[in-house]
Amino acid sequence: MLSEAAVNEIKEIRKRYVTARSCIMPCLYVIQREYGYITEDGMREIAKILDINPILVFEVSTFYTMYNKKPVGKYHVQVCTNISCSILDGEHILDVISKKLGIKAKETTPDKKFTLSTVECLGSCGTAPMMQINDKYYENLNDAKVEEILNSLR
Amino acid sequence: MFEPVILKNINVADSHKLSTYLGSGGYQGLKKALDMTPDALIQMVKDSGLRGRGGAGFSTGLKWSFIPKDATLQKYLCCNADEGEPGTFKDRAIMEYDPHQLIEGMAIASYAIGADTSYIYIRGEFALAADRLEDAIKEAYQKKYLGKNILGSNFNHDMYVHRGAGAYICGEETALLESIEGRRALPRIKPPFPAHVGLFGKPTVINNVETLACIPHIVNRGASWFASIGPAKSPGPKLYGISGSVNKPGLYELPMGTPLREIIYTHAGGIKDGKKLKAVIPGGVSAPMLTEKDLDTPMDFDSLAAKGTMLGSGAVIVIDDSMCIVKAALITHEFFHHESCGKCTPCREGLDWLVKVMRRIEHGQGKEGDIELLEKLCVDIFGRTFCPLGDGAVMALRGAFNNFREEFDFHIKNKRCMVNGNR
Ligand code: FES
Repeated sequence: MLSEAAVNEIKEIRKRYVTARSCIMPCLYVIQREYGYITEDGMREIAKILDINPILVFEVSTFYTMYNKKPVGKYHVQVCTNISCSILDGEHILDVISKKLGIKAKETTPDKKFTLSTVECLGSCGTAPMMQINDKYYENLNDAKVEEILNSLR
Repeated sequence: MFEPVILKNINVADSHKLSTYLGSGGYQGLKKALDMTPDALIQMVKDSGLRGRGGAGFSTGLKWSFIPKDATLQKYLCCNADEGEPGTFKDRAIMEYDPHQLIEGMAIASYAIGADTSYIYIRGEFALAADRLEDAIKEAYQKKYLGKNILGSNFNHDMYVHRGAGAYICGEETALLESIEGRRALPRIKPPFPAHVGLFGKPTVINNVETLACIPHIVNRGASWFASIGPAKSPGPKLYGISGSVNKPGLYELPMGTPLREIIYTHAGGIKDGKKLKAVIPGGVSAPMLTEKDLDTPMDFDSLAAKGTMLGSGAVIVIDDSMCIVKAALITHEFFHHESCGKCTPCREGLDWLVKVMRRIEHGQGKEGDIELLEKLCVDIFGRTFCPLGDGAVMALRGAFNNFREEFDFHIKNKRCMVNGNR
């Protein structure tokens, strides 16, 4: 069940839009924060609060990549491998992280602490190579920096 | 000497706070604008010559003037902050370091077109920027720059942040509208254009962050000040984001039309590690690449179009001679393939096919006839897709072919890379 705070947040969101449907994207973020990922029950709950057909929520959730359809680790490490990062050896950074965590991209460590992903450009190309861990950007990466960042999260 | 205006506060402590913004003359433009008629404001923006900084380069004042004048009609302004074109990182800086500049620009634009509500559609990954915008909007409400009877006028305006969730296509304006309306971001057919049937079916203007950030300065300093910077047909200050193989990558505010050579060698400090420049993508990955011989091209809409490429977002990506163009092209096309919304067949199937062929070439399994196949696919995709995403992919590939065809041929013939020998 969604917490009272979450339900209230959804009601606040509702005031920002003329249609209930417009609330789906912000509400999916609320679900993701509450449950860690987008659960089917969570989607049904928001459909109910917004008084819309659940299928409308499902179809939005599957289109956008930032809604996690399954659980991710406590730290979601997303390494940019697009062009500007790649020119400055973003793939090497990915390798270093992969070795350090003992997992490949799209995998989660057995202790559920880290999930590793590759992502398309995150709009931080001038400070490439870069990665994002949860909401935070880490820029101008090199081996030593990556090592230090990951150690600090251990 | 050109003095930055959009980035002038970027290195000031607490540049994102209202107090800092006010200290540098913030919200004076809004005050002045509210004393003008909406028509006079639109004329001023037209006279300034401002062209949209999102990529298309359409006249901003003209776009505003398409909004019906009927005062009883609900109208909207949407800020396109879905910065997602690889190489581009200019709008994030404005939102993180000077969110009030955007808010002021949006309030003025909304007044000009008669919109009582606006949305900032920001890409989901920009969490810090979204937080700062939310905080800045709160501050602006408190000081009556937003809300009811703004600064004692009759103008009411509400502003909201709408976070995207990871889909490049949302940068396409009609897909952006679909996304705010709570749907999959599939582009709409045009016409009708958003100026007549936009958000929730109402007249809507969609402007890029950098475009809107220019507005307070135009109102403050006048249209002729803006028009006097850079080339007559696309004037104004411009943010250039330089990334890739240069010594000083970053964001530079320079007059529109600054030559590519000056941007790369004077401002960005030249090529990294003493390497040689091989190619430059001038405006984000959709823009066909240029080479050494084109470095004296002024970076503005028309000069780049004349070279068969485009200014796009002003994102300059520098590729040095240690990078294989086949690989660069593959990375770019993996992106387009991943981001195709799937609505139309030429883009959905075409890019999938294109990427499959490019992958095998890159991995040393290319076959004779593959280049011809890619060229044929380009013909089949270009101009036949629902929105410009497919065209962007084709233009990028054609740019690579035009300049570096021999690298593709070498890959296929020798089953390895011409540049670093890799298989
Ligand atoms: S290419 Fe990596 S952040 Fe843009």
